[in-house]
Amino acid sequence: MHSHITRTVLDLLVTNHPGVMSHVCGLFSRRAFNVEAILCLPQNGGEESRIWLLVNEDERLEQMIRQMRKLQDVHDVRLRPDAKETFARLGRVMSD
Amino acid sequence: MFSMTGAQLTIGLLERQGIRSIAGIPGGANLPLYDALSRSARIRHVLTRHEQGAGFLAQGMARVTGRPAVCFATSGPGATNILTAIADAKLDSVPVICITGQVPRAMIGTDAFQEVDTYGMSIPITKHNFLVRQARDLLRIIPEAFSIATSGRPGPVLIDIPRDVQLEMVYFADWPEIGEREPVPAYFDADLDTAVEMLNAARRPILWVGGGVVASGAGQEMQALAERMSMPVTSTLMGLTVMPYDHSLCMGMLGMHAQRHTNMAMEACDLILAAGVRFDDRATGKVQEFCPQAKVIHIDIDHSELDKLRPASLAILGDVREVVRALLPKVAGVERREWLGYIEALKQTFPSRIPEQGGHASPQELIRRVGELAGEGAIVVTDVGKHQMWTAQSYPFTPGTGWLTSGGLGTMGFGLPTAIGAALAAPERKVVCVSGDGSLLMNIQEMATAAEQGVDVTVILMNNACLGLVHQQQELFFKANYFSSIYDVNVDFGLIASGFRWKTWDLAGAADPDAVLAEALAHRGPTLIHVPVDRDEKVWPMVPPGAANRTMLGGECHA
Repeated sequence: MHSHITRTVLDLLVTNHPGVMSHVCGLFSRRAFNVEAILCLPQNGGEESRIWLLVNEDERLEQMIRQMRKLQDVHDVRLRPDAKETFARLGRVMSD
Repeated sequence: MFSMTGAQLTIGLLERQGIRSIAGIPGGANLPLYDALSRSARIRHVLTRHEQGAGFLAQGMARVTGRPAVCFATSGPGATNILTAIADAKLDSVPVICITGQVPRAMIGTDAFQEVDTYGMSIPITKHNFLVRQARDLLRIIPEAFSIATSGRPGPVLIDIPRDVQLEMVYFADWPEIGEREPVPAYFDADLDTAVEMLNAARRPILWVGGGVVASGAGQEMQALAERMSMPVTSTLMGLTVMPYDHSLCMGMLGMHAQRHTNMAMEACDLILAAGVRFDDRATGKVQEFCPQAKVIHIDIDHSELDKLRPASLAILGDVREVVRALLPKVAGVERREWLGYIEALKQTFPSRIPEQGGHASPQELIRRVGELAGEGAIVVTDVGKHQMWTAQSYPFTPGTGWLTSGGLGTMGFGLPTAIGAALAAPERKVVCVSGDGSLLMNIQEMATAAEQGVDVTVILMNNACLGLVHQQQELFFKANYFSSIYDVNVDFGLIASGFRWKTWDLAGAADPDAVLAEALAHRGPTLIHVPVDRDEKVWPMVPPGAANRTMLGGECHA
């Protein structure tokens, strides 16, 4: 990771169905906005999922968040910068 | 307890939503739906000749009524064909529900016959989409689709239904509630007070209205606000019917093909009240240099439009009509003699190229004449190209005019099928479709649909035997290197239209063109009026793509 880019984590609560990852990731790729890492786990007995996205904190981020809130299957979007540490730990696990 | 197939359930739910016409084409993967549709006593099917025609036909119905309209296509090529019309609906925020057939569930993902990933392909061009995995999900999905299509900023929804889901039996006790428009987000009163302060403090304000004002039905309120605050009004392509064309405050369209004085007034303004607009590049020119001195109050129902391209000094999230209704009692009358005098001086110095009355000396005069003859309640549809911009500039728009044009996507081929949909939705109104030879050829097969439906659609075909705006750009920006923009074969449109059983008239060489035009417009039923246009007739003025709006080419004077 480049040290000069500030990163943050977006925490999404979504409906858990097969198309939702496509909807969310498509938003980023269509706008050439890079997603560095993705974590996704089902929650609440599988009805919903939580998606964590590690992203660059640039001036387009607010627009991305507003676009994501428009998606029908996205119930909530929050910034969660402290979750960066989780990605760092996972990175160490994956490179072992 | 009700029991029926997924297909019957779909048709039943559409009936309950109030749908009375569906445009489409049957094929292998949606035949169960068509079988169920054939037994509906309430829904009439309009068979088009290409799925894109079905999509635009639904758009015509939706754009005229403001209510969602439905189109059907089969899997594979049926779906890919209709997607252009769906993308067009997305960019212009039109509530269309597109229902496609899909191969049976067990065959999805196997490259089965006529299989494409319709769900995947429609994600970026719909407001939302569904792949129906079991028939009973339709009880939830169909009403939800209508609610999504009409709530907030309207838009298209696609529902992909595998063939075996259409045949699957469903058992249920009660019909679900129909899907309806959800309440709009509430604005903040404090924002209104700030807006009033800004409007009162401004010395050179301009009201800029767009498609959102038309969609929310806020035209009257906007006009009242403009009059009370002495604000000149400019419009995007989509908002041209908000102000009467001859209103003293109306400055017409801004941007790439605006009149010079309009773009120059924008340059000088110190406050823009932007309502239901999205700062499209055709309107703003180089957005970094758009109205450099102006503060912006932006009212929009879509949060992601606020601050998207130009940070607003005050962003108001809400329904334009509700916001302006609440704003009106708070503003006192203001006279702005100096500012209105400046605008008047601009108009004198840079006179409009718009003809003051109709005639037959130029395409613009002809369009004005068509407007005079068609009357105030007419629905005007265009295709895409020079004729579209001439219509935007010269048609005598009033709040009663229906105005259907492909603004965002700019789809050639939009006109004819959209006009058919408009005529079906409003059979008592005159529907005039201004088209070009390039555009008309892109969906000319729908002439058969028009003849079959007996719709009262008049196509004014401005034939310059080329792709006019491409030709113009090649001349201006590619050293007149005309490549692939001129048609070497001149097709006989009169003969073609006759073959489709249309009535045709030709203004070429007519001794009394006005009599011909009046006679043709008085005819009811599918009508073609052929108008030869010189290839060198330009759309002036023109801001080069990517330039700031102050850089206008052409149109310096009338002569």
